[in-house]
Amino acid sequence: MTKKPWISLGGIGVFAVLLLAVAPLVLTDHWLNNLGKYCCWAIAAVGIGLAWGRGGMLVMGQGVFFALGAYAMAMHLTLETAGDRVPGFMVLYDPLAPLPMFWEPFRSAGFTLAAIVGLPVVVAGALGYALFKRRVKGAYFAILTQALAVALAVLISSTIRETGGDTGLSDFKYFFGFVLNDPANRLMVYLIAAALLIVCLLAVWQFYRSRFGELLVATRDAEERVRFLGYDPANVKLVAFVVSALMASIGGAMFVPIVGIITPAEIGAAASILMIAGVALGGRASLFGPALGAIAVGWGQSSLGSTWPDGWPYILGLLFIVVILFLPNGLSSLPARFAAARRKPDVPPTPVIAAAELEEVRS
Amino acid sequence: MTDASLVVTDLRVEFSGFVAVGGVSFDAHPGEVRFLIGPNGAGKTTCIDAITGLTKGTGSARLGDTELLGRPVHKIVRLGVGRTFQTASVFDELTVLQNLDIAAGLHRSSVSLLRARRGVDRSIEQALEETGLAGEPATPAGILSHGQKQWLEIAMLLVQDAKVLLLDEPVAGMSHDERTATGELLQRIAARRIVLVVEHDMDFMRRFATRVTVLHQGRVLSQGTVAEVQADPQVQEVYLGTAGAATTAAMAVVLERED
Repeated sequence: MTKKPWISLGGIGVFAVLLLAVAPLVLTDHWLNNLGKYCCWAIAAVGIGLAWGRGGMLVMGQGVFFALGAYAMAMHLTLETAGDRVPGFMVLYDPLAPLPMFWEPFRSAGFTLAAIVGLPVVVAGALGYALFKRRVKGAYFAILTQALAVALAVLISSTIRETGGDTGLSDFKYFFGFVLNDPANRLMVYLIAAALLIVCLLAVWQFYRSRFGELLVATRDAEERVRFLGYDPANVKLVAFVVSALMASIGGAMFVPIVGIITPAEIGAAASILMIAGVALGGRASLFGPALGAIAVGWGQSSLGSTWPDGWPYILGLLFIVVILFLPNGLSSLPARFAAARRKPDVPPTPVIAAAELEEVRS
Repeated sequence: MTDASLVVTDLRVEFSGFVAVGGVSFDAHPGEVRFLIGPNGAGKTTCIDAITGLTKGTGSARLGDTELLGRPVHKIVRLGVGRTFQTASVFDELTVLQNLDIAAGLHRSSVSLLRARRGVDRSIEQALEETGLAGEPATPAGILSHGQKQWLEIAMLLVQDAKVLLLDEPVAGMSHDERTATGELLQRIAARRIVLVVEHDMDFMRRFATRVTVLHQGRVLSQGTVAEVQADPQVQEVYLGTAGAATTAAMAVVLERED
């Protein structure tokens, strides 16, 4: 748990050096750009680790919050590229089409940044409040969030004139005044994404070692018991859910300038599940597991996914099954397992995540 | 601590037509170890559930001047009513200290929750001493013995500074020595707080109860000191099955064998 917080902090430091100093020196522009993309997924994954690994909320629709950040950023970059004119894809269907009302405020850089932070907080806050106060949890919560991701993807697909539909938003030329084609600026964008990932890791590091982190684990394992200690578990879960939504939004926002395009396919059900897959693979309850898992899945996607596109989904699926069956706490639990196996060769280590269902034993 | 008493008046709990508790009244005061006993299905635990807001009840349960019924669970806890469960429900993955720290947290501000713990609260040290867990602060609660888990639960109630402790079968599954230790602990605690124990163990009840309420099929059958209750023919009937055969002596024998 939080026995060795300073070692973890050192780990984040090493990670920061690798991402911010080593990677730009040794990687080609192409792979650095890819790593930037993985960092965006990793930012969302860190949030999933907080909500799911520590909070026990299986957030299957993080694509929704990823989309809020991504589309806010994409709308601003599209307007910046279009200048005083209406974005190209809008006049494709109607040469005299006016700019939709909700696009107008995104001309402002300040509003866009505020929206990237504020929108997920407001949406996740309202959604989480309604769900957690009504004690919606478990599979119901997972399915509901997943359905929202599907619904949002369908909504964007069907509003092609306002949002670009399935083709999405792309061809951004500027990023807050910087020309995106310039390699130096691309490096800067990568460094921002990597730095944000480090900041998110530091944030969850503090969360995990704080009293709130202990309370969150307690809520995950025995929600009713926490209620009888005088806390409202809904509020505890709400905080974790909102923070995870915020991280997904930040990841989405940085995804846009790095990848250069955002479409409903990047935020729908499949994309949301891919984010979860990385977290499960790396170890949902650990500090580094979600981020490293997301980077690994992203890397698999671009290397194996492009050389052997037919086989990649099967490999990912197989990996997922093997991890869930044999390593429920992900690859990051391997060292602890080895250590435990060495100490007590005959006693198999028990899975750490075992929720005491108080409701069931109460008579 | 407090002079306020817990007064339950005409408490009724129904589960879709089935009357689990049908008009139960009793009171509990600081300074006494109050027992609630009765056969299975008598409605003892349901009474506690209703007082703590876990199930809906009608009637009245007041702590001092404050009505408890109808409030959400966590608000009732914040008024000073704490409880334990039949199955020890501590947070297995957290250490004893972390368990206690969470229990002590309800009097902390939300902002302070975002900070890491530094040092150990005075109240937590006292509770560790009092419950005999002083040597175990770093032990994960999951590997404590059954008795220690129950003590940890009581310690959690102490650090959250509960005015009322509702204990649901605290000595079930304990050894004789652990029972004695628990009983003495409850007597010490009861000096300044209201302690209400739901119990099956008649020997434990006889040794440590100040006053007893006997429930049967959702109603109060008898109320009084241990001796008074044991002498009550109605109580003998419930525990023996037939009124005619019941004698105080036979009752005592049966009660002896209960545990």
